[in-house]
Amino acid sequence: MNRKLAAVIVALVLLGAVAPFAGSYVLVLMTQALVLGIIAMSVDLLLGYTGLPSLGQAAYLGMGAYLTAILASTYGFGLGGGFWLVVLLGILAGAAAAAVFGLFAVRAGGVYFLMITLALGMCVWGLAYRWNSLTGGDNGINMPGRPDFGIALADDLNYFYLVLGFFVLSLAALHVLVRSPFGRSLVGIRERELRMRILGYNTWLHKYLAFVIAGGFGGLAGVLWAHLTGIVSPGDVILTTSVDVLLMVVLGGPGTLVGGAIGAGVVVFLREYLATIVPWWQYVLGAVYVLTILYLPGGLMGIPARVRRWRSETH
Amino acid sequence: MRFRNFVMTGMALAIAAPAAAEELRIGFVAPMTGIFAQIGKDMANGFELYLDQHKSDFAGAKVTFIVEDEEGKPPVGVRKAEKLIRQDKVHMFVGGLLASTGYALAPVSSRLKTVYVLSVSAADDLTQRDLGKYPYIIRTSWTSSQPHHPMGQWACDQGYKRVVTIAADYAFGHEVAGGFQRVFEDCGGKVIQKIWPPLGTKDFGPYIPTLKKDADAIFTVMVGPMALQFPKQMQASGVKTPLIGGGTSYDEFVLPSMGDEVLGHVSALQYSAAIDTPHNAAFVKAYRAKYGKVPSYYSESNYTTAQMIHEVMKRTKGKWPGPQQFIKLMSGLKMQAVRGPVHFDDMRNPVQNIYIKKVEKKKMFGYPQEELWNTIIKTYPDVGQFWKYDKQAYLKTPLYSRDFPPCKYCE
Amino acid sequence: MDAQFWLIQIFNGVSYGALLFLLASGLTLIFGVMRIVNLAHGAYFLLGGYVALTVIWTTGSWLLALPAAALAIAALGLVMERVFLRPLGFDPLRQVLLTVGFAFLFQQAALDIWGGDNLIIDPPATLTQSWVVGGLHLPVYRIFMIATAVAIGLALWLAMEKTRVGAVVRAAVDDAEMARGVGIDTSRVSMLIFALGAFLAALGGVIGGAFFGIYPGLDFEVLPIAFAVVIIGGMGSLTGAAVGSLLVGLADNFGKALFPELAYFSLYAPMVLILAIKPTGLLGRE
Repeated sequence: MNRKLAAVIVALVLLGAVAPFAGSYVLVLMTQALVLGIIAMSVDLLLGYTGLPSLGQAAYLGMGAYLTAILASTYGFGLGGGFWLVVLLGILAGAAAAAVFGLFAVRAGGVYFLMITLALGMCVWGLAYRWNSLTGGDNGINMPGRPDFGIALADDLNYFYLVLGFFVLSLAALHVLVRSPFGRSLVGIRERELRMRILGYNTWLHKYLAFVIAGGFGGLAGVLWAHLTGIVSPGDVILTTSVDVLLMVVLGGPGTLVGGAIGAGVVVFLREYLATIVPWWQYVLGAVYVLTILYLPGGLMGIPARVRRWRSETH
Repeated sequence: MRFRNFVMTGMALAIAAPAAAEELRIGFVAPMTGIFAQIGKDMANGFELYLDQHKSDFAGAKVTFIVEDEEGKPPVGVRKAEKLIRQDKVHMFVGGLLASTGYALAPVSSRLKTVYVLSVSAADDLTQRDLGKYPYIIRTSWTSSQPHHPMGQWACDQGYKRVVTIAADYAFGHEVAGGFQRVFEDCGGKVIQKIWPPLGTKDFGPYIPTLKKDADAIFTVMVGPMALQFPKQMQASGVKTPLIGGGTSYDEFVLPSMGDEVLGHVSALQYSAAIDTPHNAAFVKAYRAKYGKVPSYYSESNYTTAQMIHEVMKRTKGKWPGPQQFIKLMSGLKMQAVRGPVHFDDMRNPVQNIYIKKVEKKKMFGYPQEELWNTIIKTYPDVGQFWKYDKQAYLKTPLYSRDFPPCKYCE
Repeated sequence: MDAQFWLIQIFNGVSYGALLFLLASGLTLIFGVMRIVNLAHGAYFLLGGYVALTVIWTTGSWLLALPAAALAIAALGLVMERVFLRPLGFDPLRQVLLTVGFAFLFQQAALDIWGGDNLIIDPPATLTQSWVVGGLHLPVYRIFMIATAVAIGLALWLAMEKTRVGAVVRAAVDDAEMARGVGIDTSRVSMLIFALGAFLAALGGVIGGAFFGIYPGLDFEVLPIAFAVVIIGGMGSLTGAAVGSLLVGLADNFGKALFPELAYFSLYAPMVLILAIKPTGLLGRE
């Protein structure tokens, strides 16, 4: 475990060190990967640790993003020191939405859960689309610019470091959470829910809380997302976004937390960089997913373990 | 993404001093994958046809054309535009399909002080109430309501008094229907019912029986698959009310897949592939020979955009004049495009012919088979985005929406 | 809102429900037997339509296109099940994720093969007429949709209840372990059902191709609707699929006609309501 932790810390420090020298476009991509990494980690909390496959997490990203956009464009709020309050509100909005949706979703398990979260996600999309006066409908809402509270976030490098900071905080928080008794109970529920219930655990409550927490992180990612691209539109909360995030976790390795971020990085790189070189990048992405699911159940993070096992088998 | 490098050493054969081969780097942002991929291809094809015809030489400047895929998603459009500007160092970027993409890209042009030419995105306010925020944009296509103002007039002239509108429920649908309603009611007509099926509706079963039976006509705003389905389902339902429509209800993007059910249907747009001029005939034939289909307005818009850029470069003798001067020169253009004469108003939106077109089955341009064409039945020349209204008064009224103009005569 | 209005709306709702049944029945059967949600189901629907178009373009026969497209996609489903899903053993989550990966691949492939234009499947002229019954214009195509759904529904029910194969399938659905215990090859059943599900989806795509059109993006548009039907009707229950599609078809239709403001929710509202009361759907079992 310690080696893994050290590796992660080294990687993050490297990332921070390399940033000022990265090309401006690559910097934007790195920032994007980190924002998606946050929501991917929250999906991992649900999928990898609790065994709940959610296909609707984009809804919470949407809550955070739209809240940020509405506050900034209609009320001019959140563009100075108010930014930090908006972050808090975004997290609360995501968590609140998850608290409501969770009441419907968490009663079910497995694939029922998957389909219900999908449908609920689509409800949020429908709302974003329809409620023109609030959300701008399909035109979306343009952000009036990035906040400046002494540090101008309009500078992409500054914004990168901010996002990196939030990413590290999220990773740390989730890391502590999954190693806590609560986190271990989640794993227990994933493995043998019936047994946990017999042992007296309120499994519903555990799952529900995990769901709400994931919603909160989704909201955080939403706030950062809104400022990253400068526009929030219904496309951000559509089904394919939720699917994307889920696949990032699968690719990176469920149950590893960091795997989600790695998956996000790989997908962003493939999508944005490969796309500029070859026209058939979609097949590459699809093939990567399929192969990972078939042959790498532990995702990319599972490669070292597999190599070790293969090594020990052949010796 | 297709990185097409049209590098041709174009040396101007001028009597004057030899012109150095300057490079003009043009970025192009369009959906090349995803559900709008075909439209994106049509857009890029239109532009590239012009480049091919002129060997990528714009008055001595050699054009490097870089196409980036925005996947039909505004955030992706923003990232690609940033890449084009920061990494590829383009002088300008062109394109953007959806209204939301247009709204997302316009601020990029302001932020990074780069020219953005909107060659399709029709959202009204970009060149109306929001123009002040975007000094580096210019639009070469249309505003959603622009062709539908004269359509309202035309409807009055036909003697229609009571019309039902059925329009896709999103900003574009609101603006098209709004434009029609405003002028139609100002010349004595009444919109007696407004129906808003969600974008992407394919089953109009719920809506058709609710259409008021005593309407003189039904004005439709249909896009993509909706445009294919609605006339068919109307025909099957036995409702005989004449159908008239917004430009996208029958444009050449969907027309090839339509059948006899749309014969006689009338719509309005700044382009029809059936414009009977030698300029358009040449364009249609060249486009069809190269790409296998009749050009849609997406293609024409980008072809004409390329032509306009060329015209500006002619005036600067092939030298890039800087973003502000470029915008100024382009806004001052007056030229003959494939769609007819075009110049710009003082809000950087085109002033052009609007054609009232009717679907007919016939042979055109020497093609051997009978096909559906949008025959021009009336031309309104020099139509700007504000129709005959005073600009200031117009801008004081709200942007068209579901509730504006209000449905005063709704029953 | 006279009697004519109500009758026509009921008719429209039922015909829409008929199409949904074709889409949802396959999905619910696959779940019943394999306990997975086939997220490539929408892609099968779309591909069925595309293959049908190719058949029509080359042979000119719409009638041929129906079975040809359905069988082609069934074959595709077969291959997918044997080569990709089977090796994952009994790991429903990974299988579901695999279907998603494939859904994306299929979407891209369809775009590359058939291009991105909006297409429509034109049925033979006899089906495009309308019968006028008591002053109501009933499009024959909608009647055809209802008839097909009823026929398929009956065929499936008969197969399930009255044939040995059906009994085997039902055993596998009820208790896969026990079924294996008595010597039933459940993996074969899975393969059969997956192929059947693909067959039904593709058939739906061909028939729906005249109704919805065929265009990129349709796959992910119909998927949530299919889900709504299956969730409401109950996962794994064929009768549930029939009831669910009827309910969704009518609710959606009447919702849009009477409460157009709620257009986007008329689909999901009944679903959420039912879920609040019975999480496994009306006729579902755990």
